[in-house]
Amino acid sequence: MKAALAERAADVRAAWPPLPRRTRPQRTVLAIRTPLSRRTTTILTVGSLAVPFACWVVLSATGAVPATFLPSPGAVLSVGWEMARSGELAVDAWTTTRRVLEGFGLAVVVSVPLGILMGTFHAGQAAFEPVIGLLRYLPASAFIPLLIIWLGLGEPSKIAILFIGTVFFNTLMTADVVRGVPRALIDVSYTLGAHRGEVLRKVVVPHSLPGIIDAIRVNAAAAWNFVVVAELVNSTAGLGYRIVRAQRFLQTDKIFAVLVVIGVIGVTIDVALRLVRTRVGRWAA
Amino acid sequence: MGRVTLELVDVSMDYRLRGKEKRALDSVNLTVSPREFLCVVGASGSGKSTLLSLVAGLTMPTSGQITIEGHPITGPGPDRGLVFQAGSLYPWRTVERNVAFGLELLGLDAAERSRRVDWYLAETGLAEVRRSLPRQLSGGQQQRVAIARALVCEPAVLLLDEPFGALDVQTKEDMQLLIRQIWRDTGTTVLMVTHDVEEAVFLGTRVVVLASEPGRVAADLRIPLAEDRSLATKRSPAFLELRASIEDMVRAQHRGGVTA
Repeated sequence: MKAALAERAADVRAAWPPLPRRTRPQRTVLAIRTPLSRRTTTILTVGSLAVPFACWVVLSATGAVPATFLPSPGAVLSVGWEMARSGELAVDAWTTTRRVLEGFGLAVVVSVPLGILMGTFHAGQAAFEPVIGLLRYLPASAFIPLLIIWLGLGEPSKIAILFIGTVFFNTLMTADVVRGVPRALIDVSYTLGAHRGEVLRKVVVPHSLPGIIDAIRVNAAAAWNFVVVAELVNSTAGLGYRIVRAQRFLQTDKIFAVLVVIGVIGVTIDVALRLVRTRVGRWAA
Repeated sequence: MGRVTLELVDVSMDYRLRGKEKRALDSVNLTVSPREFLCVVGASGSGKSTLLSLVAGLTMPTSGQITIEGHPITGPGPDRGLVFQAGSLYPWRTVERNVAFGLELLGLDAAERSRRVDWYLAETGLAEVRRSLPRQLSGGQQQRVAIARALVCEPAVLLLDEPFGALDVQTKEDMQLLIRQIWRDTGTTVLMVTHDVEEAVFLGTRVVVLASEPGRVAADLRIPLAEDRSLATKRSPAFLELRASIEDMVRAQHRGGVTA
């Protein structure tokens, strides 16, 4: 290149210094979006669970942290077993799960049609987006005192917190998914003779379904968070209530056991929704 | 069927761009007869796609009238089947269910649907992939599905909007031969928009050249080539001459175009 340039004396580029060379670094584990070997993947996956667990075992076994603050895994397991045998755990878990099903279920029933409306019609967006965009920034937990005044201490106020905490986000996320339906798909449906309702039912909804389930999955996790918060106030059963009670008696082992159960149920919900998503969205794979 | 399939009378179309009125089409007059294969060519900005969108009924003209078999167009409908460049298949429907969409809307029973769908799948060479999903098909196969889906509704005119523009050269030629054959087999009328002059001359019985900004009909030519065309036609002197002269017209109409 340089020699060829030099021959053309008039070419000013001949006087330029050569461009610096950059060496390409070796491929590492942290190469962007590059698949890892199966071995490295396994090590990282196992490690992400094993390392924190090992820390827990070591810290509690050596007595570095007193058992009142950090109970040993064995103690947590035996307390958990005891709670399960007495039937207390099943009642608490079911009470909490039922609240999620009712509160979040209601939120889904309201937010999915509303989101479809907002994503499909500009009128729907203009009418609802401003108010929902505002409401979603009000933390659901801040509504607890108000809801207790309005609805009392019983179930309705807890269901309402779950509803408020999830309905706005799920609406906006659904609307976003629906807005992603390609224009060409809608236009071509009209040219094939579809009427507005048919375009909605046979094109917009089926195309959006996998994305809507994704939104539900994300917000189910949020619902699961809110239910525990809701139960911290004035309950007589439920996993959140169990944690508050255990705290009064300094039963950290019980708190840990309940946290494990909350985690397990949460993961189960997520896996179940993921399976549904895979089945419904096979075409998008 | 009347003597005229499609008629545009003094059709103009304005649109607003950043607050400014712009004219996309300026008093376009065009008549398409039954069994014609009319190709519209023009540089970008000539309003080719706007023209097709107006005929499809997806947008309404600012002034002028468009009639299909004597009836004014008031909106989109299956009498004007539309095929886009790409990405208009229902990704969750198999090939056969994509093709059957329009017939489902008409309320045809399953037996009647499959009889008709089968014929068009065979005609477009899709019989073997009938149960595949769109994402499992090549680009050429996807366009065949889109064509079959429009044709099964027996449109008065088939509208093609740069239908082979996203395909590689070999696939594009295969598809050109296929659409010629479909046109002859089915007796359908075709209105196709393309920027590829070679394609227009090879496929069309008639070629219309649009001028740019605003779009106007600059030339309207019959293509005097034989009905029976093959890839060899593209190398014949008559073809090459036609192609060169139309390319010159397109270039001359292109705003700010550089003449060789």
